Amino acid sequence: MNERRPSVRLAIGNSSDIVTARQAARELSAHLGFGKAHQTRLATAVSELTRNVIQYAGAGSCLIEDLSDPGERMIRITIEDHGPGIPDLTLALQDGFSTSGGLGAGLPGVRRLVDSFHISSNPGLTRIVIAIRKPV
Amino acid sequence: MKKIPILRLGRILLVSIQEDLTDNEAMQFQSDLVNKVAEIEALGVAVDITALDVVDSYMARVINDTASMVRLLGAEVVICGIQPYVAMTLIEMGRDLIGADCAFNLDQGLEMLRERIAHRGDIRFTGDGDE
Repeated sequence: MNERRPSVRLAIGNSSDIVTARQAARELSAHLGFGKAHQTRLATAVSELTRNVIQYAGAGSCLIEDLSDPGERMIRITIEDHGPGIPDLTLALQDGFSTSGGLGAGLPGVRRLVDSFHISSNPGLTRIVIAIRKPV
Repeated sequence: MKKIPILRLGRILLVSIQEDLTDNEAMQFQSDLVNKVAEIEALGVAVDITALDVVDSYMARVINDTASMVRLLGAEVVICGIQPYVAMTLIEMGRDLIGADCAFNLDQGLEMLRERIAHRGDIRFTGDGDE
């Protein structure tokens, strides 16, 4: 398993794209030997974040990358949209905060599922980068 | 669009979700099941989700809401077979999203349903065949 998998960029525009994205994330994590717990957390995180894209921005993309090296398995997933952006990031990252009536898990919930979580948001570009990793 | 088969055992309905559903399919499942419960005046419903390896906050809410709707109509509901990693993920996300009653598997779920239906006090309701 020395060859990295090629990156995949998925367009996110409707609810079946959410399923495609979470299945692709799960499949790659299984392929790289991540355990069931990691696979489920990652797939769920991707599902929540891609749903946010559809809900708040209408459309966007999901880039799935295998960044493994000989010492470590790593998957990085970048979710982007060109929607209005998140006005107050600090607030959006607080537990219990939601603008949609608490329907989704919210960003703090998703952040707990992955090993790293970075977000930048401005009107016209919101980008969330999550990653999971494990030593070989 | 995938349709989830709803099996009937007397006045108990049995649903096993075998595939990853899109949001629209999940909503379709909800309305099919609620309508079927009303149509046959089901006494109990067992929803088996053993095969679901991702239950995100949306799916969890659909399952919850469906269970509440079915209860409002007058039937008992049990959710069966939630996977351990699914349970861990839902709780880690910070939401106790599955508010319905749960059982390890379908066997246990059906047993729970039968007990509850019997507890309602009218033995005729438990009839295995038709009323």
